[in-house]
This record gives sequence, C-alpha cells and structure tokens, in this order.
Amino acid sequence: MNAETAELRVAFVGLPNCGKTALFNRLTGSRQKVANYPGVTVERKEGVFAAPSGRRYRLLDLPGTYSLKPTTLDEAITRDVALGRVAQEPRPETIVLVADATHLPLSLRLALEVRRLGLPMVMVLNMSDVARRRGFAIDREALSRELGAPVIETVATRSGGADALIAELERLAVPTQPALVASAWQEPTAEDVTATHAEAARLLELSGYREPLRSRAVAVADRILMNPLSGMLILATLLFFVFQAVFSWAAWPMDLIDAGVTALAELVRGALPEGPLRSLLADGVIAGVGSVIVFLPQIVILFAFILALEDSGYLPRAAYLLDRVMGSVGLSGRAFIPLLSSFACAIPGIMATRTIPNLRDRIVTILVAPLMTCSARLPVYALLIAAFIPQREFGVFNLQGLVLFVLYFAGVASALLVAWVAKLIAGGQNNHLLMLELPDYQWPNWRNLALGLWEKTRVFLARAGGIILALMVLLWFLSTYPAPPVGATGAAIEYSFAGQLGKALAVVLAPIGFNWQIAIALIPGLAAREVAVGALGTVYALSGDEEAVTTALSSVIASEWGLPTGLALLAWYVFAPQCLATLAVVRRETNGWRYPLLMLVYLFALAYLAAFVTYRVTLAVAG
Amino acid sequence: MSSEALQDAAPPESRRLTALAVGERARVALVLADDPISRRLIEVGFVPGAFIEVIASMWPAADPLAIRVGGSTFALRRHEAERIVIT
Repeated sequence: MNAETAELRVAFVGLPNCGKTALFNRLTGSRQKVANYPGVTVERKEGVFAAPSGRRYRLLDLPGTYSLKPTTLDEAITRDVALGRVAQEPRPETIVLVADATHLPLSLRLALEVRRLGLPMVMVLNMSDVARRRGFAIDREALSRELGAPVIETVATRSGGADALIAELERLAVPTQPALVASAWQEPTAEDVTATHAEAARLLELSGYREPLRSRAVAVADRILMNPLSGMLILATLLFFVFQAVFSWAAWPMDLIDAGVTALAELVRGALPEGPLRSLLADGVIAGVGSVIVFLPQIVILFAFILALEDSGYLPRAAYLLDRVMGSVGLSGRAFIPLLSSFACAIPGIMATRTIPNLRDRIVTILVAPLMTCSARLPVYALLIAAFIPQREFGVFNLQGLVLFVLYFAGVASALLVAWVAKLIAGGQNNHLLMLELPDYQWPNWRNLALGLWEKTRVFLARAGGIILALMVLLWFLSTYPAPPVGATGAAIEYSFAGQLGKALAVVLAPIGFNWQIAIALIPGLAAREVAVGALGTVYALSGDEEAVTTALSSVIASEWGLPTGLALLAWYVFAPQCLATLAVVRRETNGWRYPLLMLVYLFALAYLAAFVTYRVTLAVAG
Repeated sequence: MSSEALQDAAPPESRRLTALAVGERARVALVLADDPISRRLIEVGFVPGAFIEVIASMWPAADPLAIRVGGSTFALRRHEAERIVIT
C-alpha cells in the first residue's frame, strides 16, 4: 500500500470519564460511524480525519477501562482489540492513551499496563489547561523519558486543542519499532497491579504532579447534592423539571411542524388528481410520517437534558443516591445508568447492561429496561395527553406535564416491582458491585452536546424516513385494499384487510376499551412504538371525511374515543411490549429465546391488566 | 464474599473503612480477599499507604459510601468498603 494513501489505525484507550470521547469528537467532528463489534453488542465508535499533510487516520474509540484485566464485557473488548483478538478488527497500529491531567495516578498506572502490549503509544494529557490553572505543570519530558513514549498536552474543549496530538501522530506515522507479538502478552497479576501502582507513584513524583485538593465549591455541592434528604429532593425536582420542559418548551416548534405537515398534505391533495397515488402520498406518507416527525422537538429536548447531565458528572451521583432503592429490589446500583439510557431507547440501555458484572443482575436489568419510558413512547403519550388531558395550570404546574411525569413514574415503579418479584422468585444475594467513580463536576461541553443531539436527530429522522415510512406505505395498502363492495355504507377502510384484521382483534381488546382503529394501530407499532401514532393518523385519514383529515389527529381521537379508552391506552403503553427491535436485542444479549419470550409474555400481561383496570375504573368513576 | 469470611482472613482487631464517620480520614492497610471486587479496589487506588476520606454516606444504613482516594472519589457499597482494612 502506498504510504501517502495508507490509513493509520489509531485506538484511543483511557479511564472512564477521562475526556477521551471529547478528544475523539474534537478530531473527527461528525465524521463518525457508530456500530457494534461483530458478535457482541459492545458499541464500536470509529471516526476518520485527515491531517494537514493529507494523511488519513482511522480512529477507534475503545470503551473506558481501569485496567487490562477486564471485569465487564466492555473492558474485555478494549483488551481484545488492543491485542488484535477480535475477528474482522485489525490490530491498531498506534495507541493513544488519553489521561485527565488533573487526575493522573490511575491513568499513569493504566499507561504502564498498556505499554506492555508492545504497540507504539502516545500519552495525551488532556485538560492540561485546568491543570495549569491549578498551579502545576507536568514535566512531560521526564514523564516521556521514563515511560518511553511521547507525552503531549491537549485541550479537547478548545478549537485547535488537539493540534499537538495530530503533529505527534504524523511523526509516528511510520512505526519505528515492530509491534510485540500479541501472544507474548500476559494478563497482569495482583502483584503486577501493586507494582504498577508503585511505579506510577514514582513517575508522578518526578513529573511534578500534585494531587488535586477537593475544592470548597465541590465539597459544598456534594454536601448538598449527595445528602440523603436534600439530594433526593433535588433529584426528584430535576427529573420533574425535565418532564415539564419536554412539554412546555416543545409546544411552538411542534405547532410549526404540524402546520407544515398539514399544509403539505393540502398541497398534494390540490395538485394531484383523485386516485391511489394522491391517497398514498397524502394519507399514507404525509399523514403517517408527519405525525411521527412532529415529536422531534420533544425528543431533542429530552436528549439535551440527558446528555448535559451525563457531561456534568451528576449522573453517577444520582446512581449513588438511588443505589439503596435499587439494592432493596435486588438490582445493582450500576443498573441505574443502563436504566436511565432506556428512557431514550431500551436498546442502548440493554446494551449498556454489559457494565454489570453479575449475570443474574444483568438479566433482571434487561428484563425491566423496557419499562423505562423510551422516547418512542413519547409521541404516543403526547398525542393522548393532548387529546384527553385539559391544558390547565396549577400554580407552577402544568396538568399535562404532571400526567406525563406520573406515566414515567409508573414505569419506574413497576420496574422496581418486577425486579423485586424476580428477586423473590429467583432468590439472590446482596453482594452487588457498585464501585462507581464520582467525577468532578464540570460544565457540559456545548460541542459534545451539539454532536450528541445531531446524532440522535439523525437516527430519529432516519427511522422516520426508513422503517416508519415503509410501514406507513404497507399500512396504507392494507387499509385501502380491497376496495369496499358496491353499495357499501361504511367508510372504505372497514372493508380492507387492515379493517377486517382490526375488527377481529377488537373482540379481544374490547374488554379494555380499544376499538378496531386502535387494534390496527397496535400491529405496526410492533415494529416501532411511535408508528402507532402514524398508523392512527393514516387510519383516521382514510376513514374520515375531508373535515377529519384537516383537523389535528388529537381532536379527532378526542371526539371519537371516550376518556376511559384514552386513559386505558395510556396505561397500556406504560408496559407496551410491542417493539420487535428490543426483543431481538434481548435475544442476542442473552443468547436464546427464553428471556425475550419471558419479557414478551410478562409485558403483554401487565399491559392488558393495567389497561383493563384503568378502563373499568375510569368508566365507573367518570361514567 | 460474606463479612464473616472476610473476618477470618484478617486479624480480629483490624479496623475497617466502614468504621469511619463522614469527614474522617485514614490510611489503607490492605484489601482483604482475592477476587474481582478486591482486585478492582486495588486497581482504582486502594493500595497500602493510600490516604482515604469518607465524603458522604447514604441514609439509613450508611450504604453506599463515597470515598476519596488518590484525588478521585468512588461510591462503594458497604460490603465493598468492608474489605478495606485501615490503620
């Protein structure tokens, strides 16, 4: 291969929270590819960048780890990639060891372990600006001499902050020493760990590193935020505020999108002659996909909060606060972060359970993850709340936001209950691993936040344009054909495949108050929950007169369904098992059909039960 | 590992990290047991001679605890902290 065009494979290794991802983002910007390693569900993040010389680099962001002796699947991947043991993953040619310059000891110890892998290594002291502000400069030359590897400084949060790293990689571009044969590597023993600690301490002494004192501000913040009483109150208030914001801030952009979608549908209606094509575009594509896209602002707001909290260092403290609660139902405190990710989507949440070392804990966490209200359920909740819950203010509280909070809370409470039942059935020991680092607080990095949000938006729109669009077209077809017989009196959809199927299913669903239109919507919702909203949009667009099409879907269902049905459907969606992608991931994660089937059955049972109780109670109370 | 088993492995008069109140400092003497949990404790800096401070503890049973060691802070469950013998 020509040296000018060859790509150099560089792997980033570092502790969790060392600023590795920020540096990775600084170098690769949005030129990233997120996928999985073959055969396992550890996230593989790769990006490319070109140096000023034109040479291209392929950067791999390996999962954070404290050592090369793994305790979790994630950490095992870091070791295996570095050793070239992962199929279809060529061994990296250079390792960049990213260290937080303000917390050097553990990074330096890891560097000593990584050095033994025999690959060319560059040590990066990230956040060197903060270290300087704290009044110490690290003697990079001394460190570099002792370590036998270049040591450079970066500031990932500043533009141009990674230039020194690029320059160093350019210098290393042609590996000077042959890589040690991977088979010669041996796992570090307990003695090795103690020895590397001692060696790291010696190097720190030489380098002029000073252990950071805990600042008064952090001490005060921790005293308030980690206090059992005030900490819990603040956590509850914060979560409550987030859910309020999701509703009230998103209102006007949603109205805007809604107006745009309606106008577009009208335009198509006016421009095309009456016929199947006009119906497909206006009723299938625009009404269906549009009713899902309208929820983009809410999803962006929810993710903005999750990403900012993640960046700020608050999340592990929340895990600390909730550990006791988690422990009492037999979950590991570490389950908090996978479960929190599940609020966005159960799939990354279930994948994040790899950080739980105990298998039983991991399975229970996987089983309850879909009870966290994922963002795909948000469109369904939003539609139903807008239709059935009046917009009313109680002082600072907004009734719709309050109901949303209750729904999220119901999900969490039932997850705890299910975990507790699992503990009763399967038994369990109480020695769960927590051992979670509580990093320093920091302001969220806006660049990382923006990149993260862009990634989520892209995925959401890709889903809307891909699977959701395809399902909408399929649903439109099933709801349009066969055409009603001559002389039919009802709406055309009632005679279609979907209408017949919906009516058959409605028999089973009648006890919980669902009509045949809902039954139709639940089927494509199996592929992606938010499709249920689009499906309702299509079903009502096809069955309604012109007036029903031009009014918002929420007013249509508000007038078509009673309050008991609306609330029952909300209760159904707290448990809503219909997400094939989640079940597929569970099958892959647990290596079999046992747990996905168990999950499907118990979620269906709970959903039916909850909807039944809600329907009957509301019917009795509200008439 | 149960705390009884840990008791056997250490001198009976040894003080554990769990004996400290919030705000108290001490030095690590050793980490009991040789399993992944103890190993990870050593890896994250609970090595003989390291200074530690209890930063916070959760109500009601002082479980979990937040411990400062080597410039970093870790949340440990009580049974994890129980393995750390202090001087």
